[in-house]
Amino acid sequence: MDNELYQEVLLQHSKRPRNFGPLENPTHAADGHNALCGDEISVTLRIENGKVADAKFTGSACAICTASASIMTGEVKGLTCPAVEALTQHFRQLAKDGTAPEVPAKLEVLGGVHQFPQRVKCAVLPWETLTSAMKTPVEPDQAAASPAAIS
Amino acid sequence: MSSRVFTGRPTPDNAQFSLAFENGTPPLILTRSADAAAKPPKPAATCDSSKDGYTFARMDMTTIRGQFPFLREAVNGHPLAYLDNAASSQKPERVIRRMARFLESEYANVHRGVHLLSERATAAYEDARSVLAEFLGAGCPEEIVFTRGTTEAVNLLANSWGFKNIGQGDTILLTEMEHHSNLLPWQHLAGRVGAKVEFVPVLENGAALDMEAARALIAGRPKLFAFVQIPNTLGLENPASELCRLAREAGVTTFVDAAQSVGHRPVDVREIGCDFLACSAHKMCGPSGIGALWGRAELLAEMPPWQYGGEMVDRAHYDRPATFREPPARFEAGTPPIIEAAGWAEAVRFLNEVGTEAVRKHSVALANLAAEQIREIPGLRIFGPGVRESGIVTFSIEGVHAHDVAFFANERGMALRAGHHCAQPLMRKLGSPSSSRASFYLYNSREEAEALAGILRDAVAFFR
Repeated sequence: MDNELYQEVLLQHSKRPRNFGPLENPTHAADGHNALCGDEISVTLRIENGKVADAKFTGSACAICTASASIMTGEVKGLTCPAVEALTQHFRQLAKDGTAPEVPAKLEVLGGVHQFPQRVKCAVLPWETLTSAMKTPVEPDQAAASPAAIS
Repeated sequence: MSSRVFTGRPTPDNAQFSLAFENGTPPLILTRSADAAAKPPKPAATCDSSKDGYTFARMDMTTIRGQFPFLREAVNGHPLAYLDNAASSQKPERVIRRMARFLESEYANVHRGVHLLSERATAAYEDARSVLAEFLGAGCPEEIVFTRGTTEAVNLLANSWGFKNIGQGDTILLTEMEHHSNLLPWQHLAGRVGAKVEFVPVLENGAALDMEAARALIAGRPKLFAFVQIPNTLGLENPASELCRLAREAGVTTFVDAAQSVGHRPVDVREIGCDFLACSAHKMCGPSGIGALWGRAELLAEMPPWQYGGEMVDRAHYDRPATFREPPARFEAGTPPIIEAAGWAEAVRFLNEVGTEAVRKHSVALANLAAEQIREIPGLRIFGPGVRESGIVTFSIEGVHAHDVAFFANERGMALRAGHHCAQPLMRKLGSPSSSRASFYLYNSREEAEALAGILRDAVAFFR
């Protein structure tokens, strides 16, 4: 298919997503879903000393959403919480209108999504779930049983 | 609208229609007889299945497709193959033209005015009620309540009949294959009044309704059994008459969600034997924004209003409660969908000419053809029975998300639907939160059905 949405790099991320699976000892977690198309993902984080020490995701989602989550979980590792928030804002802008001066090169592969309004939500869903996860500490007894893969 | 429409040989069944139309006069479809049994029988639909099963006896495919302007659209350089008919259908030119003509020379508000345009508008609006009443085999036009669609019809029924007749400890029986529109209004009602909702289960893979369980649950005397005739996902058809007979014998009131069946197969409320039935115009070549609730006259008469305002009131006062009009006016508060009613009547006339049994055979044949071809794709799973009973094919492909499938198909000009199809609990039970759906209707061609498999194979190669 000859279009700018499914670039090879993006397909590689969707076929073999990085950071996919349950995270041991998560401190924060959230689920996100897109009621329109059925994308469902869970993001789990381990936040230590104000930084994202580790991030993983599970779920059943389309290629755009899966690739976005795959790249996202890689990019936020090691960032401080305010830096994650800033990056999320920049990514939202990128997905919405294709302009974002301050996103890492790896995220630019998702820049084409703004040309396909119905797919913007797919790309943004992992980031929305990430934002939600950062506000949602995992209860100690929940942490023992970290979320299993949905798919 | 001319003899061009009738390329099929005249038969005793359609001769009266073709003659009427050759004169340029629409056939008088409704006889306003109080005795439903006295009305002339509907012309039996015929479908020429002797050749390949995909042609209509009354109109050939070229004639049918020629009446749908949307088919002139191209998508990414490909002809548009519209396989999203379970979501909504496309409109023939004559429906589009009817609505335009109505707006140009017949439009005003209905019922209240004494001026010319109001008279014309009222005549067209009430004509639509009569046409639909005849189409559904209703006892009289007054049994048809116009709504915004099937969803509003279910909400009307739940709020009016339901709130009056269902109380603490009562049971509302549904099936597991209901669209959200025939699930959520009942769950909400049950929550308000303290009733409980039970579900007739579906068999493995959604192959059929569990009739044994249905018998047992109906025997438990729920207050209402509300079920879908043709679910929008599984490609099956529930035995509506049989289910209604069981309910009637147990003294259980029945509601049939016929959104996917009216205009897609012959539907006669007396034949089904239900108490209430709902459908939408947009699924059957008519405009969006209008649907209907049919109810037995004696049941409608006992139902309280559910929305209040103009048109539905008999006498209003400052110092005491108002009194309300008889059905259907009692349930049609505010200005109704007038233009849409005129368009819907034209859609019904169109479908009467084609013949709804022919539409059914054509859609089911195409669905079976597509299903047989895609079944061979590794990792592809089709939900529902082995042989299609409706024009709907819902499937999932291992390792390829439905949303990507639909996007990929669109690149080739094919409109598919992806998601949970407004049946989240069902799709979850079947283990597939997101699936793809191809749904066929009268204007789809054999070529379109055959194109599906190739597109899916390419999608698998691309994404997996």
